[in-house]
Amino acid sequence: MMTPPSHALSRSLMQAALVALALMLSSGGSHAADWGLDQLMEDLAKIRSGRARFTEEKTIAMLDAPVESSGELFYRAPDHLERHTFEPKSESMTVDGGDLLIVRDGQEYRLQLQGYPELAAFIDSIRGTLAGDRQALEHKYRLGLEGDAENWVLQLLPVDEKMQAIVWRIRIGGVHDDVRSIEITLADGDSSLMRIERLDKP
Amino acid sequence: MKRHGRFAIALWLVSILVCGIIISRTQFTTDLSVFLPRSPTPEQQLLLEQVRDGLASRLILVGIEGADAPTRSRLSKQIAQRLRADPEFVSVNNGEPVNAEEDRDFLFSHRYLLSPNVIPEHFSVDSLHAALSDSIDLLASPAGLLVKALLPRDPTGEMERLIGQLSSGSRPRLADGVWSSRDGARALLLMQTRASGSDIDAQQRAMAAIRAAFDGASGASAGAILLMTGPGVFSVTSRDTIKKQVSRLSFISIVLIATLLLLVYRSFTALALGFLPVVTGMLAGIVAVSMGFGVVHGITLGFGTALIGESVDYSIYLFVQSERGGTSQQVWIKRFWPTIRLGVLTSIFGFASLLLSGFPGLAQLGLYAISGLIAAATVTRFVLPHLLPTSFRIHDLSTIGLTLGSLLRRAAALRWGAVIVLAVACAILVQHRAIIWDHKIASLSPVSQADLKLDADLRSDMGAPDVRYLVVVSGTDRESVLRAAEQVSTVLQVQVEQGELAGFESPSRYLPSLATQRARQASLPDSAQLEADLAQAVQGLPVRAQLFAPFLADVEAARGQPLLQAADLERTSMAMAVDALLIRQDGHWSVLLPLTAPAGGNINAGHMRTVLTATNLPNVLFVDMKAESDQLYSGYLHEAIQLSLGGLVAIIGLLLVFRAPMSVLRIIAPLAAAVITVTAGLALFGQQLTILHLVGLLLVAAVGSNYALFLDRTNYAQPSSEETMSEAKRLVHSPSPRTLASMVFASLTTVAGFGMLSFANVSILQALGVTVAPGVVLALLYSAIFARQADE
Repeated sequence: MMTPPSHALSRSLMQAALVALALMLSSGGSHAADWGLDQLMEDLAKIRSGRARFTEEKTIAMLDAPVESSGELFYRAPDHLERHTFEPKSESMTVDGGDLLIVRDGQEYRLQLQGYPELAAFIDSIRGTLAGDRQALEHKYRLGLEGDAENWVLQLLPVDEKMQAIVWRIRIGGVHDDVRSIEITLADGDSSLMRIERLDKP
Repeated sequence: MKRHGRFAIALWLVSILVCGIIISRTQFTTDLSVFLPRSPTPEQQLLLEQVRDGLASRLILVGIEGADAPTRSRLSKQIAQRLRADPEFVSVNNGEPVNAEEDRDFLFSHRYLLSPNVIPEHFSVDSLHAALSDSIDLLASPAGLLVKALLPRDPTGEMERLIGQLSSGSRPRLADGVWSSRDGARALLLMQTRASGSDIDAQQRAMAAIRAAFDGASGASAGAILLMTGPGVFSVTSRDTIKKQVSRLSFISIVLIATLLLLVYRSFTALALGFLPVVTGMLAGIVAVSMGFGVVHGITLGFGTALIGESVDYSIYLFVQSERGGTSQQVWIKRFWPTIRLGVLTSIFGFASLLLSGFPGLAQLGLYAISGLIAAATVTRFVLPHLLPTSFRIHDLSTIGLTLGSLLRRAAALRWGAVIVLAVACAILVQHRAIIWDHKIASLSPVSQADLKLDADLRSDMGAPDVRYLVVVSGTDRESVLRAAEQVSTVLQVQVEQGELAGFESPSRYLPSLATQRARQASLPDSAQLEADLAQAVQGLPVRAQLFAPFLADVEAARGQPLLQAADLERTSMAMAVDALLIRQDGHWSVLLPLTAPAGGNINAGHMRTVLTATNLPNVLFVDMKAESDQLYSGYLHEAIQLSLGGLVAIIGLLLVFRAPMSVLRIIAPLAAAVITVTAGLALFGQQLTILHLVGLLLVAAVGSNYALFLDRTNYAQPSSEETMSEAKRLVHSPSPRTLASMVFASLTTVAGFGMLSFANVSILQALGVTVAPGVVLALLYSAIFARQADE
């Protein structure tokens, strides 16, 4: 884990308290018993927008050391996603529907996601998960869910052969309706791990 | 029938036949560039050619509205797929990445020749270190995935730079994989036809092909609407409009005039005979224009419609003014023909000034009017009298004539009223003097406001620059113009950075001059040097120099790479830009660099000219297309005003030959009054005068001069023959009732002919109508009011 232990401890205590509170407020205990992919999707779908801090670590074979970046994410249901990178270099990426806008070094790059299947794969997996859109996800990936509501990992394996040549596996981890990490492993072995911390959690 | 009568008829029939043959071979056009001035300078010539045949003229913008976004997207893709196979279209773009692979291949394999970054320092250790460091940062970003594969071959990021340059222009947004308007309500396509915009038939075929592709694709998708716009589309719709309007208006005014004449004559024979001079005049007009200009313009034909009302006057004079009986036509010829001949001559002198106009369109109108009127008058004089049956008679108009006569005698009472109206008109003119003339060339455009709005909407959706500001570089060969364009680009880039410009385009971006390419090649270090520098540059970075072996190989290859030629661009989307902006014409080369004004601002023309002059490059021109064409038009408007005044002087001179000076003043004064009143009326109704209003005013003077001549007392002072002595004596102080009746009917037919044009949707025709119809009535009224009375 990247976060210092003391910080992690206080945070998990906070979360435990919040979870207890949430359980008390929710209607009865049947909630936990039925928990599965549908329930997870339903919970995620309820979140209409969110803001989060992220740190990402990419391991690339051609580089001797991993490259790190950090910044903020913003999501608005169902298909608007922004990623503002502050470190190592200011940059922003905005996805709206099928359009992608990258602003870097004062230059704007407008791309159509359809033209860039590699990018589309990541973005669709993240957006699909955040939107709780099981159908959209299953259109492109074989889904597998591990763990329970307290600590789940959703694994996505591309169905399409062309995609398989690019992406091997995407693992999205979270707690209840809170996505905490996205781990992407490419077919060539390069990988990235993004840790997410919500900033506007109620 | 006398012998020379038969001869005249035979000659006339033969001429009609010849006219028919010539007309059957005549080309008709609706290309409105004839109403653009013949340009005096090569630069302006180039601009006008661009307007007519340049790339901009070959673009058709297509919008698909209605239905839902996926349907529109499907339609867009199906239309594009079908039309890409159609040889009528050079390119069909709808946002689908059809050329993406070719574009990327082209850019990547020529990146060291194309990238403006490639200078010797670019490959120094420090620069390499900085570039590598940037590239590694880029790997960390989401876009890193796109460049990861390129890193070993392009660590200095040339490809990224080139793509950035390409996508810097605003492009339409994409919805469901195809271009769409900003509000997402329309799918957009941009097509380039093979034929130039002035080839209206080809443009019409292209439009039909687009329509067919849409209909073929839409099938099950009710509710989808196809929209098209662009210069070619405008030409086609203008032609349709002009055709429809001209034929409809001709029909209506012929029916109207025929009805009027039938009411007056109560004789079908007279009606049929009365139209003979008209038909002859129309045929002669078309033939003269066809032989003089090679083509006849639709507007000229529309104008001809109006001239029906004028040329029918001659036969009206003949029929109404002649006495009954076989010899009366001879009497008419002796008594009235000299006056009519003078009227025809004044008209000809008036229109002759148009022949000198720099607008081929105006010169056509002048030639048509002159030859048409001569033919109509000649037929009336020499053929028509021989065709009249001995028993020819029309309804007796004496009663109406007598009523008119008493009205005329009382018309003098209106003098003060008329003077007041005239004074008010003068006041209005003085008040509006600054805005009387419309100096915008767009005022001649037959394109409707709705169509212009659609065009503006689609253009802004498409992010297509309005090609208003251009820098034009000309020279003798491709290399020299490209080099000059590169120097200009350097200057323009500074202006972009200073915020004077939002951006600019140059073909030298995709096809640099050979000199620049050679300089870039020379900047590339040899393998050994680059390898050594690279080894130093990677220090402190998380990469090993070995990774960049492909980079070394690519640079080495680029050093010996054949230089980029225009042909290498084929099948890429850059080819279109280069074709449009690098033009060869008669061994003369030009580069166009379209400028984009900063958002919400204008380009400071003075500043740009100063900056460009400072480059000391010869043959570099900053052009504001709109100002330039307006200025051109304005110049020709002034020319036309001067020519018209010249025409007026000619008319006065002519009259002075045949009439006493006071008499001339009496003839001219009502015409001047009519012209002033009409102009004031137009100003009052907010109609700014265009060059066609001016033609209308000239017509008012020409037609009105006939009335003034007839009403002028001196005509009747000298009896021309024994037979009419008694009548002449009786009418020594005023025109006969028949003459009066004929003039009123003649003016009614003229008003009917031109009045119809007022209802035209084509601004050029409408301008003629609203000027001539009221002008003719006013000319008659003023002539009557100010005619010398019996007691004077």
